Amino acid sequence: MSVLLEALSVGKRFGGVQALKDVSLTIRAQEIYGLIGPNGAGKTTFFNVLTGLYTRDSGDVLLAGAPLPLGSPHLVARAGIARTFQNIRLFGNMTALENVMVGRHVRTRIGMFGAILRTRSQREEEAAIRRRAEELLHYVGIAHRANDLARHLAYGDQRRLEIARALATEPKLLALDEPAAGMNATETGALRQLILGLRADGLTVLLIEHDVKLVMGLCDRVAVLDYGEKIAEDVPEVVQKDAKVIEAYLGGNVGDSST
Amino acid sequence: MDIFLQQIINGLTTGSVYAIVALGYTMVYGVIQLINFAHGEVVMIGAMVAFTVITALVGAGLPLPPIVLVFAGVLTAVPVCMAIGYLLERVAYRPLRHAPRLAPLITAIGMSIILQHLALLIWGRDPRAFPQIMEVTSFNLGGAAISSVQIVIILLSVVMMGVLTWFVYRTRFGIAIRASAEDVRVAALMGVDANRVIAATFIIGAAMGAVAGVMYGTYYGIAHYTMGFTLGLKAFSAAVLGGIGNLAGAMLGGILLGLVEALGAGYIGDLTDLCQWPVFGGLLAERCEADGHVILLGSNYQDVFAFLVLILVLVFRPSGLLGERVAERA
Repeated sequence: MSVLLEALSVGKRFGGVQALKDVSLTIRAQEIYGLIGPNGAGKTTFFNVLTGLYTRDSGDVLLAGAPLPLGSPHLVARAGIARTFQNIRLFGNMTALENVMVGRHVRTRIGMFGAILRTRSQREEEAAIRRRAEELLHYVGIAHRANDLARHLAYGDQRRLEIARALATEPKLLALDEPAAGMNATETGALRQLILGLRADGLTVLLIEHDVKLVMGLCDRVAVLDYGEKIAEDVPEVVQKDAKVIEAYLGGNVGDSST
Repeated sequence: MDIFLQQIINGLTTGSVYAIVALGYTMVYGVIQLINFAHGEVVMIGAMVAFTVITALVGAGLPLPPIVLVFAGVLTAVPVCMAIGYLLERVAYRPLRHAPRLAPLITAIGMSIILQHLALLIWGRDPRAFPQIMEVTSFNLGGAAISSVQIVIILLSVVMMGVLTWFVYRTRFGIAIRASAEDVRVAALMGVDANRVIAATFIIGAAMGAVAGVMYGTYYGIAHYTMGFTLGLKAFSAAVLGGIGNLAGAMLGGILLGLVEALGAGYIGDLTDLCQWPVFGGLLAERCEADGHVILLGSNYQDVFAFLVLILVLVFRPSGLLGERVAERA
């Protein structure tokens, strides 16, 4: 399988804390790749560096062989990485449909004057954006909530809406930050089906998740971060038995394993 | 003449101008939480540029109809102000985007002073009379007079507010602006170029400010390099009154502020006429008999009302009339 994303010795420091230390990992195309680790291991930091929210201190990230314009979120989005958030960050006062329409900005040329003058091609593009947004809402199964404000949606639907919004950017890599957090067993099961469906449709998925059962059952390969360092990367069966991983999770103080 | 109705009409007129200017403050604040104190100066420059163009055209003696002259003035002022609005953002605020909030605020005050003095250098310190090119006709409306200028100002403002609302709520660029106002970082992750959106809020605000400047100048018949200061502060008060960051709030706040100010100016003289109070009757009997009135505070105190409103809002409802209570973002 071809390599989609390659992180090369990525480092990030916050003051005296080395949040990421020489993290290198390889995600193959159409893979479901899990990133796990104890709280504070640097998973979300890695996500933020990857999506341009944080600038990195060292290292490089290649997406399909080309270096990512790190530190510039809208260019990263254009390059083909989209993400969701651990604590849902929708545009609460906009409708579900509008939320997804925002995601279409990546693939369309927006112009203030064009929007005002409403040329024929502008109107057609706008109609196409609306149609595509409706399709995506349908795809994640919340088409019936299209005109409700995002903050009025049920929790599980908000997670779905975030995924639809991310899909609107036509990503090559979809990065999901703890998508199952706060979900009950039924919702988690449905999410699992959704993620498998995304992969079947050709997408590559990067998954941060605390639900170890979900990760181990869903992911093709898993990387484990601990104190900002990658301590393992392999198929779930191997990672589960890795001594370093077991130590990181259960470690010297069993009572502290908050995961 | 019906004073109440008259002051309502006057208040609606100035209130419309405040509302248009307030929209400029509130749009920028909505996206980057910056109070662009230089916005009042942009409005002033709009008035000055239009004034210069109209005066030049009148001086050239071309037989142009008045409406064309005003139109030419506005059409020149708008792009000039848009350019200034863009430059402000690009040169003064963008480099400070990630600085502590106080830094861009002080910069805004600095830009305001710079623009004001630039105007002083170009147009001088004397108030410039707006050329009286139009015959102002007045209409009788239930005992009050409404002039053609007032009608045009109110109608034009309503149209601008309508177009802006349509733009923000119905076009995809508007959707990008609202998304950025809610969460500029997430909007960027969805491919919205934050710089473009932020620049757009400055440009749109400045364009409307230019029109507001011309309306204000035409209404009072005068333009002066310091006019942007008070006008800007009042419009800012209006934005805070309505709930800063909220478009409908800025419109409502502007109109309300105009009404409060006009009614205040209309009645403060009567209310502070000391002769009507028996307490002072004896004390001032002589003067009351001679003049009939001893007015403590005249209508020139009208500016006080805007800021009185600002203080009351800040004390009793800091989030403004339509503003949401802002929860700290995690």
